Amino acid sequence: MDIRRILVANRGEIAARIIRTCRKLGIETVLAASEADRDSIPARLADRTVCIGPSRPSESYLRVETIVQAALGVRADAIHPGYGFLSERAALARLCEQQSVIFIGPTAAQIDAVGDKLRARSEAQAANVAVVPGGAVESGEAALSLARQIGTPILVKAVGGGGGRGMKLVDRLEDLPHAIELAAAEAGAAFGDARVYLERFVTRGRHVEVQVLGDGHGGVIHLGERDCSVQRRYQKLLEESPAPGLADEFRQQLHEAAVRFAKRLAYRGAGTVEFLVDTHTDQFYFLEMNARIQVEHPVTEALTGVDLVAEQIAIASGAGIRLTQSDIRAQGWAMECRINAEDPGRDFQPSPGVVRAVTWPAGPGIRVDTHIAAGSRVPPFYDSLLAKLIAHAATRAQALQRLQEAVAASRVEGVRTNLAFHAAVLKDPEFQAGAVDTGFLARLLERSPVQMETGIRG
Amino acid sequence: MTLTAKDVAEITRLLEESNFDELYLELDGLKLSLRRGSAGAAQPLGNSDGPAYAAQSPGAGSVAPRAAPTGSLAPSICAPGVSTSADGAARPGGPAAALARAADDPNNVPVSAPLLGTFYRAPKPGAPPFVEIGSQVEEDTIIGIIEVMKLMNTVRAGVRGKVTQILCRDGALVEYGETLMRVGKPG
Repeated sequence: MDIRRILVANRGEIAARIIRTCRKLGIETVLAASEADRDSIPARLADRTVCIGPSRPSESYLRVETIVQAALGVRADAIHPGYGFLSERAALARLCEQQSVIFIGPTAAQIDAVGDKLRARSEAQAANVAVVPGGAVESGEAALSLARQIGTPILVKAVGGGGGRGMKLVDRLEDLPHAIELAAAEAGAAFGDARVYLERFVTRGRHVEVQVLGDGHGGVIHLGERDCSVQRRYQKLLEESPAPGLADEFRQQLHEAAVRFAKRLAYRGAGTVEFLVDTHTDQFYFLEMNARIQVEHPVTEALTGVDLVAEQIAIASGAGIRLTQSDIRAQGWAMECRINAEDPGRDFQPSPGVVRAVTWPAGPGIRVDTHIAAGSRVPPFYDSLLAKLIAHAATRAQALQRLQEAVAASRVEGVRTNLAFHAAVLKDPEFQAGAVDTGFLARLLERSPVQMETGIRG
Repeated sequence: MTLTAKDVAEITRLLEESNFDELYLELDGLKLSLRRGSAGAAQPLGNSDGPAYAAQSPGAGSVAPRAAPTGSLAPSICAPGVSTSADGAARPGGPAAALARAADDPNNVPVSAPLLGTFYRAPKPGAPPFVEIGSQVEEDTIIGIIEVMKLMNTVRAGVRGKVTQILCRDGALVEYGETLMRVGKPG
């Protein structure tokens, strides 16, 4: 079906980014905005904005019925959910299916399948993709015996969600029952699903994910991998592609595993299969699948030249995947920094406010995805992402240098940002050498906390 | 190049007398779109608060409003364009000045939509509307219904007085916070 008008059910940089591609494709956009975002840049970019509710996400961006009603009311053919908010809520996809509105994303059943982490694990196993040793927690007794089998340290994780919530690290078996209790309580509160499972904790692991596109009928291609190991408390801050220091054969195995998993689900749309790479054993394990466009997708776009949002829309309209695997040619190196309104000097507390002045970098190989200009408000209700700076060049060293220059050229006044923090990460010798593990940032912060706090502009 | 209010009124009259439902005019640096009342009043893209006609000048910032290339983008949108005022005369095209005057009057209180949805003036199709121009309302008087995916939410006046303006058509999509009616407070 032809998509001529899209309701963009999101905000911030991703709303602006989606609208930009729609304009290029000649598709009309209607932005569903909360009260706090009525005058935002995405609202100005969209052909039209409808106010869907008060600022608080639970009263606006998270209202499934309101979003679908808005789509029907403005006669949108499709809804693009962006990332976060309702993007991975099966309820939205399902209501769209019932109301004959195209949901730009996977089917409700696919969202369910990957949203339940235990089910995703068993799908991975069925697709012959290795998972971290572990399993479901049935009872206290069974959990202990499972824990003995897999060995410590152990992660207790939530079945119904991710992002570090409902996750507990256990070093000694005697602490397990208490950790399970805590994790279950947290998971219940955060995701409405108190089920937890166990996984062996990989002490030196890297987070590498593979971008895939599926046509919904078993056709799947991959667009290479991204390394997202620079994380703070499970929040990604810096991503790059390719993942440094992987042997070609290993890299290819990762890609093939991701494709096998997505094929198994007959996955539809853009998705990301996340892997944990054990740097000690040189093995990789399936972690989960993200059934949406991801924050860090521009890294892949820079490398491949593919507009992933345009492909999402094409697949949703029934055009299938317009590319073959051999069309995908990754060229050079790309790296992205997430610039957040937060204060590294105060334990990365969000720093909402009004941006008085702003300068974003420009130049060859530099892309800036942002919704922030002078006068933009950074409301306290939402995540603090201000912009993504993406640098692309022929080699990693060149991309790194471009990104360093881009960070140095960026200025944001009125709210605190992590720009100085990014500058510190980019010049760190361990990061420059490449192939850091997910513990890198915590170690860096311990080593040089002062460095992170200096040079932050108010 | 600018259009005066008089120019727009003249263009509106020409459209009204024509057989066309819709007019889209693009002049040097200026876009005007008009639509007949039956298809929802003319609606500036990207802005539901504006007057019923919109003359927009691109170049304010980097984002110029864009014309809808196909059909009507706002087929059932509540717009001040179909405003019925206290003297009872329906005014397609909606005089912005009168609306602005009404909005300025502190005793003429707006009743806004508590949520986004489809606005209904009557409890069921064919039934008399909850309120009409001139109706006396109390704070808890029901003035309409907003439907969200088959769920009916009653809307109450929230203020005591007399309905002076009804700004939304029955069955139109209303946004959160949109003015549905105005109520003149006594005194």
